[in-house]
Parts: sequence; C-alpha cells; structure tokens
Amino acid sequence: MLQIAAFYILAAVALISAIMVVSAKNPVHSVMFLITIFVTTSGLFVLAGAEYLAMLLIVVYVGAVAVLFLFVVMMLDIDFVELKQGFMRYAPFGALVALVLFAMFVLVASAVVEAKVDPHVLASPTPALDVANNTQAIGRILYTDYILFFQLAGMVLFVAMIGAIVLTLRHKPYVKRQNVGKQVARTRKTGVENTKPKIGEGVSL
Amino acid sequence: MKALIDALGPLWGSLAGIGLSLVYMVVVLLTVAFILWFDRKVWAAVQMRKGPNMVGPVGILQSFADFIKFVLKEIVVPSGANKTIFVIAPIITVVTSFLTWAVLPVAPGWVLSDMNVGILYILAVSSLGVYGIIMGGWASNSKYPFLGALRSAAQMVSYEVSIGFVIVCVLLVVGSLNLTDIVNHQKAGIWDWNAFAFIGALMHGGSPAKMGMAFVVGLILFAMSVVFFISALAETNRPPFDLPEAESELVAGYQVEYSATLYLLFMMGEYVNIVFMCAMISILFLGGWNLPWGEVTNPFLGFLVLYVKIWAMFFMFAMVKAIVPRYRYDQLMRIGWKIFLPTTLVCVAIVGAYVAFFGGNA
Amino acid sequence: MAELPVTLGMANNALLLEYLPVLVFGGIGLLIGVVFMLANWVFAPSSPDPEKMSAYECGFNAFDDARMKFDVRFYLVSILFIIFDLEVAFLFPWSIVLKDLGAFGYISMMVFLGVLTIGFIYEWKKGALEWE
Repeated sequence: MLQIAAFYILAAVALISAIMVVSAKNPVHSVMFLITIFVTTSGLFVLAGAEYLAMLLIVVYVGAVAVLFLFVVMMLDIDFVELKQGFMRYAPFGALVALVLFAMFVLVASAVVEAKVDPHVLASPTPALDVANNTQAIGRILYTDYILFFQLAGMVLFVAMIGAIVLTLRHKPYVKRQNVGKQVARTRKTGVENTKPKIGEGVSL
Repeated sequence: MKALIDALGPLWGSLAGIGLSLVYMVVVLLTVAFILWFDRKVWAAVQMRKGPNMVGPVGILQSFADFIKFVLKEIVVPSGANKTIFVIAPIITVVTSFLTWAVLPVAPGWVLSDMNVGILYILAVSSLGVYGIIMGGWASNSKYPFLGALRSAAQMVSYEVSIGFVIVCVLLVVGSLNLTDIVNHQKAGIWDWNAFAFIGALMHGGSPAKMGMAFVVGLILFAMSVVFFISALAETNRPPFDLPEAESELVAGYQVEYSATLYLLFMMGEYVNIVFMCAMISILFLGGWNLPWGEVTNPFLGFLVLYVKIWAMFFMFAMVKAIVPRYRYDQLMRIGWKIFLPTTLVCVAIVGAYVAFFGGNA
Repeated sequence: MAELPVTLGMANNALLLEYLPVLVFGGIGLLIGVVFMLANWVFAPSSPDPEKMSAYECGFNAFDDARMKFDVRFYLVSILFIIFDLEVAFLFPWSIVLKDLGAFGYISMMVFLGVLTIGFIYEWKKGALEWE
C-alpha cells in the first residue's frame, strides 16, 4: 500500500517537474527541475527493485550530465528572452514530435498489456532478489550474452570522446607549458655550462 | 533499520530508527566540532604556535564558541545575487554531506541502511556535492566566487574518475558492493587489510604463480590506498588542492559572499565530508572496525576501533594541510588526468586478471 | 496491486526498508540547515546598507556583470568526465561477478577498455589534457 502511495507521489513530482522544466523563466531553475526529475525517477527505480539502475541514474545523469547542463546555462551568455521569441514559430513542430512520441508510448504500452509476457519465454528472466541482486543479475549477462551491445556502447563512448575533442579543442598560440618530464630529466650536465670568455667578448647562449 | 522493525513492529521500529539516526548525526556533528579544533591545533603545533587555547581546557570548546558567534552575525545577501539559489546552495551542501552517512557501517551489525549497492550509493551522493559549490558561486554574482565555483567543479569531477577506478579495484578483490562485506573480507588481521594485503598474500600460500600474482595485487592495493587518500584530499577541497578557496588568489573562492550561518553550513558540510572520507579510507583499506591482530565482534569495541582509525586518518589530513604547499591549477589537472587516471586503469586490468584467472582470494 | 492492468514489479519491503534511513538523514540535514538560518534570523542583527550589500571586489566598484563567458576547456573536462564516468559505471557490475564470468568476461571488458584507451591516447596526443 505504502509502495503504491510512494509510486504515485514520486511519479507526480516527476511529471510536475517536467512541466516546470519547459515553463520556468530562468534556465538555471529549469536545470534544477531537471535534477528533481532524475532524482524522483531514481526513486521509482528503487521502488521497482532496480537498485543498480537507480544509483547509476544519479551517478551519470545528476552527477555528470546535469553538471554539464548547469555549466552551459550558467556560464554561456545566451540571451534567453530572445530564444523564447521563436517559441510560437516552432510550437507546431514541437507538438508534432510530442504526438509521435505519445503514439509510440501508447503502442508499446498496449502491446505489453496484450502480450501478458510469460517469464519462461524471456531470454534472461530477472532472477529473484534473494538469488542474485540487481547488480549481479546485470553483470552475469551484460558482458557475455550481450557482448555485442556492450562493445557497441564502448564504440559510442569512443566516438563521443573523439567528437568532443574535435569540436571543442582549440589551442591558444604562445602558451608556455610545463614539461615535467623535461624538468626532472635535467641534470647538471645539461643545465650548467662553464665557459671562459675573453674580456670584452661575452658569452653567446 | 530492518532489524529494528522486525523486532519492534513497523511503527515503533521506524521511530526507533529515526531516533538512532538522530543519535548518529549528533555523534558525527560532535566529532566534527572536536575535529575542527584538532585540525587547528595540529596546524598550530607544526607552526610552533599555540592555536586555540582560551575556551575550555586547551581550547577544546573553541568550535562551540565559534558556533555561537556564527549565529550572532548578520547574514549579508549581496544585492545582485540570485536570492533563492544563494540560500539553497549551503543547504544542499549540508544535506548531501549527511546523506552519505546513512549507509556507513560503524560497528559489526551497526548499520542503519544495509544496501546491496552501498558503495555506488556513496559515489552517487558524493557526486551531488559539487552542486552546492557551483550554485553558491554562481548565485553570488561576484567574480571571485564565480571563478572558485568553476575551478572547484572541474577539480572535483577530475578526481572522481580515479576514485571510481580505485573503488573498482577493491570491489574486484572483495566481490561485493556492500560495505559490511568489504569490512568482513578484511577481518583476519592486519595482513588481510586491503592496504597491506601483500603481506597476507605471502602467508596464504598456494602455487608460486598465484602467490606471486597475489603479492603484486597486494602491492597495487597499497598504491591504490595512497591514490584514494590523495583523491580524497582533492574531492574535499583540502590543501594542497584547495584551489577553489585559495586565499592568495581568490580570497575565499565560492564562499566570499557568504557570512554567518550560511557560511557555517558550507564549512560544516565540508568537514562532515572530510570525516566521511576518513571513515571510507578506514573501511575500504584499513580493515574498518577490526583490530590489527584479529576480528572484533563486540559492537562497542568495534565502534571504538573505527573511531580511533578515523581520527588517525584525520591526523594525516591535518598534517598534509600543515606541511604541503598548494598545487598550481595546471599541475592539479595533470595529476588527475595524466597520472592517476592511466595508473588506476592499468591497475584495474591487472587486478581483474588476477581475479579472472586465479579466482581471487576467497 | 492486482487491479492494476500491468503488474508493477514492486520490490519487496525488506529492500525498500534499507532506503528509509536515507530519507531520515536527508530530513535531518534539511532541518539543521533551516534551523541554523532561523536561529540567525532570530538572534542576529540586520542593518543592510548599499556598500555592505555590493559584491566583493578589491577596493573598487565592480565594472560589469560577474557572469562572463569563459574558456571552453571547462566544458571539455566536463564532457570527458561524463565518458569516463560511464566507463566506471560499466566496471561496477563486472567487478563483482568477474569470479563467475572467468576469462571470457575478462577479455570482453579488456576489449571495451582497450577501445576507450585508444580514445584516451588520442586525447593525450592532441593535448586535450593540457591545461593552459
């Protein structure tokens, strides 16, 4: 009973925050509401017994992705009032996307209800919690049975890494950097030179 | 918590659990109060000063006097600041620093929240700590706090990666995400503590290949404990990595505009986090509540042992603050990304090979 | 729960009870934060003046808004962090079941890490890890 109550409270908070994300005036507040969504969703995962996914959602989305979002909206000097001007122009397109997504969810949801999935047909049914906890259950299949998807995920991360560097890396000219290896490798022989210049000639370095 | 509810029924069990949590937090806060005093005393002793010595015997009540003073000072909110976020930021810092304690086992059988994913939970919550700092720095609408917040965010995320890899190394050896399991893995004695497992490797025997590999893994774990210690310094913005609040360039970093209890909340959150990191090092690498010569089953003794270990680790934190000069920002990023990250990655691969091909210790 | 069309796969109570202290601790933290602020509101003086309320600068009035554009490098660090954080996230389930998976699981992960290591070397060579 309490679980049902918790489910509806968390879901309601998540939905209200979702509306606030798009309607908030201040983009920083939008990001705050986005974080609220992530946290409540992770609560929903816990309710469903998916502890690992719940923690992962917080580690990756709240701890890393939302920090980047916050960086962008806080530090970039974008005029958000001007951005909002185009709202009405793009509204029909946005509505269309929303409609397509909604239709998709309805289709998927109705398919699940129809199919009444028999746990025995599943390729890898979720084991009971006392047999293996959520993390172990994922670990047992992800790296062996689903190796292809796992490696593809690695490839996606790889592309993301390269892409981020190609897009953002700009070297400033004339920056002097510290080369620690060179500093440490410097010996008396390379650092000191004894010369005996004649009077009036000086030394050229 | 579960044991309480089983014993007392849902209502009284929950109430007892809440009461216990309160006691727990009071102990943590008192510890923080005395550890603040201890920090200043150690620092003063290294510099041949007396340090706080007026309030109570040897100044031991200094933190309480400071607290009263903080409460009696005026909160100044800068006129250009974003008021809501300015006030919320320190509260976020305190709440996240408290949240981590919920899963920390303090003695055999004494744990409020015995999650299966304890370590991941700690990683998740501690990654939220950066929000208080970014929001505080940004909401102030002032230059020094802004720069401090930026630096702090980049610094904290850089070291979080190596902390993650170090924890994976420990998990590989232990084979569980549960903190109590991690402590129980090290119960035999100091030779089985993760930091000193290379001694145990020679004692446990086995085929020469396995023994050699176990010895290497033990040495790696010792190195990992050092990496974790240094990363913990960087995560909690302690010297020598206190760039976000470097007083010689940024005055006080993200806290410049904060005064009175708002500042107190920031400082309290920071010290609660530091004490938590000390507890984490004790649990992950130094055997938790176990004595060097064997297992502890009495919870009171276990708590005492862990408490002493926390203070010993904090002494290290305080000494580092007193004797190590501050890093430059590019050096700090270099250590995080170019030294710790590749080193820990290679170590994960080696420890993984040991576990996969030799079946680990257990 | 039975009357719902789709059975919501709810976890059992024992698991959820472990998460109750989290709420309690969060509540205590919130309480302490609010109480401290209220205590200040009750006991401390409040005498604002424009000079006191202005943003801190080293002895002169602030020139312009403090929120400025800054080096894209901070974003790069943040993006790289996301990628490595995901890498660590993949390592966690692997680390606790590796004993059962044996050599195949190990090699699978090493290939994954190897791909990312290539990316890491690329980063290094490109100088993305240099701070200027």
